[in-house]
Amino acid sequence: MREITLSQAVNEALAEEMRRDETVFIIGEDVAEAGTPFKVLSGLVEEFGTSRVVDTPISEPGFMGIAVGAAMTGSRPVVDLMFGDFLFLIMDQLCNQAAKTHYMSGGKLSVPLVLRTNLGATRRSAAQHSQSLHALVAHIPGLKVALPSSAYEAKGLMKTAIRDNNPVVIFEDKLMYQEKAGVPEEEYLIPFGVANVKREGTDITLIATSSMVQVAEKAAEILAAEGISAEVIDPRTIVPLDEAALIKSVKKTSRAIVIDEGHQSYGVTSEIASRLNEKAFYHLDAPVLRMGAMDVPIPFSPALEDLTVPTPEGVAANARRLVAGEMIAGEMINAA
Amino acid sequence: MYRQMVRIRTFEDNANQLYLSAKMPGLTHMYSGEEAVAVGICEALKVTDKITSTHRGHGHCVAKGAEFKEMFCELLGKEEGYCRGKGGSMHIADQSNGNLGANAIVGGSMGIATGAAFTAKLLGRDDVTVCFFGDGATAQGLMYEVMNMAALWNLPIIYACENNGYSEYTKTAEIAAGSITGRAEAFGIEAHTVDGQDVLAVNSLTEQLVERCRKGEGPFFMELMTYRYHGHHVGDINREYYRSKDEEKDWRDNKDPITKFARHLTSEGIATEEELKAMQAEIKADATAAVEYALKAKYPDASEVDMHVYAA
Ligand SMILES: Cc1ncc(C[n+]2csc(CCOP(=O)(O)OP(=O)(O)O)c2C)c(N)n1
Ligand SMILES: [Mg+2]
Repeated sequence: MREITLSQAVNEALAEEMRRDETVFIIGEDVAEAGTPFKVLSGLVEEFGTSRVVDTPISEPGFMGIAVGAAMTGSRPVVDLMFGDFLFLIMDQLCNQAAKTHYMSGGKLSVPLVLRTNLGATRRSAAQHSQSLHALVAHIPGLKVALPSSAYEAKGLMKTAIRDNNPVVIFEDKLMYQEKAGVPEEEYLIPFGVANVKREGTDITLIATSSMVQVAEKAAEILAAEGISAEVIDPRTIVPLDEAALIKSVKKTSRAIVIDEGHQSYGVTSEIASRLNEKAFYHLDAPVLRMGAMDVPIPFSPALEDLTVPTPEGVAANARRLVAGEMIAGEMINAA
Repeated sequence: MYRQMVRIRTFEDNANQLYLSAKMPGLTHMYSGEEAVAVGICEALKVTDKITSTHRGHGHCVAKGAEFKEMFCELLGKEEGYCRGKGGSMHIADQSNGNLGANAIVGGSMGIATGAAFTAKLLGRDDVTVCFFGDGATAQGLMYEVMNMAALWNLPIIYACENNGYSEYTKTAEIAAGSITGRAEAFGIEAHTVDGQDVLAVNSLTEQLVERCRKGEGPFFMELMTYRYHGHHVGDINREYYRSKDEEKDWRDNKDPITKFARHLTSEGIATEEELKAMQAEIKADATAAVEYALKAKYPDASEVDMHVYAA
């Protein structure tokens, strides 16, 4: 299979959907000639023109609001939010307007909108350009949340998102834009709510999202060398969540660590861990552990920043202790 | 003022070099070309006056009195940096000189600046606050909310819009409808447009406005016409798709604020060329020493990572 970068995969998904459906348009800052600072959208304005690849002023709440209204009236906007951190600027339009319109109108209005943004630290971008804020969005009923972990997922999930009749927020991992993966030439879609078992194992389940999938896979390699068999599962979307697949895996392995780059407290890891606790408790041999970003604003200094995010070594160390039957409860579980 | 402008230019040349030689983590936005704006304004302020700065903030920081050593340490994420390495280029703050901080959210400091002016009024201090922001930031709704309140309450604040013609890779004309000063005038705020390459013009206008702010006549608005020599950030190297090399050359060759002011100083007999050259050399040596120091300085200890999340 040919290999393309995550940027190219997103670009292809958008181009294919824009050819298929003339109501799809892109709106955001420097999306046209500049093709975004990450160059993800390069070439699209040449094909689709400035009426469908729309550059805006630096007015996030404004263009998000315009997208919501456009979506309610027959368009399918793909909003480009340059950094996930800017979600805080558009929260009202996203959470009070887009998320609730369908419900509040008794099902009469809908908001088929995609918000493309990103997550991820360790780019030395400091506290306002490094956050992973998907849990905030996942908390609001009415919004769907997709977390692609490679170019393959990025393309398939984007196409599904554009065809979905609800507001969908897609978080891409900034560090992955130039990373390649096998992506078929033929068209494919990845349905929401279907987890992907990346690696089979019998001793422990590592449930990992987005940027943390590679971390979990590397941890599984380390563990394999020591004779510990780890299963790695990527939920791919956290709303909807493929709870059945996660429970099935945990029933088999009887142990789990949930790894996600959002802050650990009140986050995605907590949600998944408590669902496993509620629904697979009697199959567990150890408490389900959470590993998220440390509960601190992301520091600029490389010496500090690298401590804030889970690492393969940290995951492996915790997995080892769980498998050995050592209790880790009560400690701050983090990058180790 | 000449000294401060040269210090900013020299600081930026060194910062750019640190980026190009991969010694600096992350990206940074160069202030070169806009020196007369920060210096003309900050020279009209007292240490106790406040400023808020932007992602392109090194110039404001130097102009408000910061030291090279602590600044380079911050850019390199070292413990002795102004923010103990936690902030970096886009978050430099220098409390000791009234710099409330750079901001990585465009327009993000407009509320903060207006709040600082609110404190001054509330507590009866005579501080004035200058809010620096770019032309691109005028697209943020927050600006209109706070200008409205500042005007209603006569707050001692000057909104200083650095119009360098671009917001990222887009020309200002494509993102701003109508006039920039007209935005402030709609709230009844007195607004001025000034040549941001002319440090004397910037300084004398600011002195007048600061004085009037202290008398309770604020707020005011300034639009400063200027230009950034480098890319939007240090990594923005191939930029001909959005602006021409000729345009860049014209600003550098014909409108440079430092050259322009040097000409004034020598023709008026205030300084000789030799004196200015000597000053440049001295500043260069200062910067080199500060960079060397910062390169060798210690990173913060791992124990600092969860320190300062909450105030005591
Ligand atoms: C809220 C927000 N939106 C977008 C960005 C990305 N961004 C950083 S600088 C910039 C352009 C700012 O232009 P301007 O205000 O004119 O300042 P200049 O860079 O020209 O000094 C943009 C869009 C951001 N940092 N914050
Ligand atoms: Mg600008």
